[in-house]
Amino acid sequence: MSVPNDLLYCRSHEWIRSDGDAIVVGITHYAQDQLGEVVFVELPEVGAGVDADEELGTLESVKAVSEFLAPVAGEVLEVNERLEDEPNLVNDDPYGSGWLVKMSGAAEGDDFLDAEGYQAFLEQENG
Amino acid sequence: MHPWVGAGPDDRRHILSELGLQSIDELFATIPAEVCVDRLDLPDARDEESVRRTMAQMAISNLSMDCAPSFLGAGVYRHVQPAVVDAVLSRAEFFTSYTPYQPEISQGTLQVIFEFQTLISHLTGLPVANASLYDGATALVEAVLFAHRVLRGKRDLVVVAETVHPMYRRVLDTYTEAAGIEVVLVPPGNDGRLDPDRVRKAAGDTACCVAIQSPNFLGIVEDLPVLAEAAHEGAALAVQVVTEAVSLGLLAGGGAFGFDAVCGEAQSFGVAPGFGGPHLGIFACTEKHIRQMPGRLAGETVDEDGNRAFCLTLSTREQHIRRAKATSNICTNQGLMALAATVWLESVGGNGLRELATSCLARAQELKKRVGAIGGGWRLAYPESPIFNEFLLTGPGAGVELVERLAAKGVLAGVPSNRWGGSWPDGILVAATERNSAEDIDALVTAIKDLS
Repeated sequence: MSVPNDLLYCRSHEWIRSDGDAIVVGITHYAQDQLGEVVFVELPEVGAGVDADEELGTLESVKAVSEFLAPVAGEVLEVNERLEDEPNLVNDDPYGSGWLVKMSGAAEGDDFLDAEGYQAFLEQENG
Repeated sequence: MHPWVGAGPDDRRHILSELGLQSIDELFATIPAEVCVDRLDLPDARDEESVRRTMAQMAISNLSMDCAPSFLGAGVYRHVQPAVVDAVLSRAEFFTSYTPYQPEISQGTLQVIFEFQTLISHLTGLPVANASLYDGATALVEAVLFAHRVLRGKRDLVVVAETVHPMYRRVLDTYTEAAGIEVVLVPPGNDGRLDPDRVRKAAGDTACCVAIQSPNFLGIVEDLPVLAEAAHEGAALAVQVVTEAVSLGLLAGGGAFGFDAVCGEAQSFGVAPGFGGPHLGIFACTEKHIRQMPGRLAGETVDEDGNRAFCLTLSTREQHIRRAKATSNICTNQGLMALAATVWLESVGGNGLRELATSCLARAQELKKRVGAIGGGWRLAYPESPIFNEFLLTGPGAGVELVERLAAKGVLAGVPSNRWGGSWPDGILVAATERNSAEDIDALVTAIKDLS
């Protein structure tokens, strides 16, 4: 499972990339693998305010639906509109063109894991 | 406790003690006192045979629509019932099966659902229809909750025409009250139709949907294109309710006029009128909003050998996958009634449905003309407004009383128009279908003249 070094990770399997005053959020390679082929992505509205750990949207695969959460409190600045027609980008390129939401805020504190920490967390989860 | 035998005194004591209660009365304490009955005035116990005979004798004193000229409607209609409908319906493969939990092995059931959806889609003018809902009233509720979800739960206002069937509105109130959604009613104008300006004002830019019925409760056909536009002006969804599905044989469904959803009742398609049902809810919407649609959906696919096959589609909206966040708590569907509608529609056929609907319209028009000319206190409430197969007739007295007096003359003239309230005149809603013979129409006209 690919876990890039330049990202931060949540225990709920989102990744976070800092981008100036904002962060970009997606789901990890591991998460998309668990979910299977993604057929629909429900994204929030641009301008919506969210709390940390609040649902940002949902990812739907052929037989399951799961939520992805806001890592921090903030405002939705941009959503990946390409996913409307190409939800498979979440599977094909989870850390790149399969990004989900850009939102205001900064990922700080102990809630987030670095690549090494996330890798260890995955190993522990799959014991 | 035995599963098939009612609870005895010991069982009751045991259940109550588990619940920490002293008595049955305490268990039912939440039921308002005014709806409780102290004791029923019943005769002493009698044997089964004698009770059956007494009940049969009482039933004979009913004036049944099977043996009297009947113009009953107001949401439940009597149409032709080809024998093939019940013959297919009573096959054990259909009759005894519940919703398919391992759907792909139930290809026959899925094919029926797929055909049903296709038929409803054609009739409503919308690309997607679901596998059915319980009845017209709950279909309206689902349409309103659907619109609320489409607008992301941000608009808690629903504009509903007062001429949507009053019983549907009651069911809607039950749900919206609990969901924190406000319902605003728009009464009809002097012609019995909705004024689009009033709809526009009521909806503003804060309503999630505008629900109108056409043909409406008064039998009048609404101006659908204008009403869809009025709803869309403030970005609300436009929802059409249909209670007489046969009208769709002659009148294009709301989808053709920009409506976002069409919901309602399809009892007219092969389900005999019965006191208390069963009924058949229908729901169709645009492809754009398919993920917010409630209920099951069957789709067409191919199996691994490339043969045509059917499957459940978009199950991820449903509660067995999405749990509390499912689009609705409808997991099953009115499968047997959907089958009845499918067989009925397929045996009547497209041209047949048009002929049938034309015949309903022609009989209603003839009846309207003849009773409108009787005079003597009898008047058409909305003589100029376009109808399908039903209209409002007022007479010398309250609707309830007029219906009773005509029943005493052996004619079921219709349903009192104010039975469930309403801002319209108090009279009789008279419905005609292809089942009404020329003699039926003569009988009603004669009975009315006798009363004048």
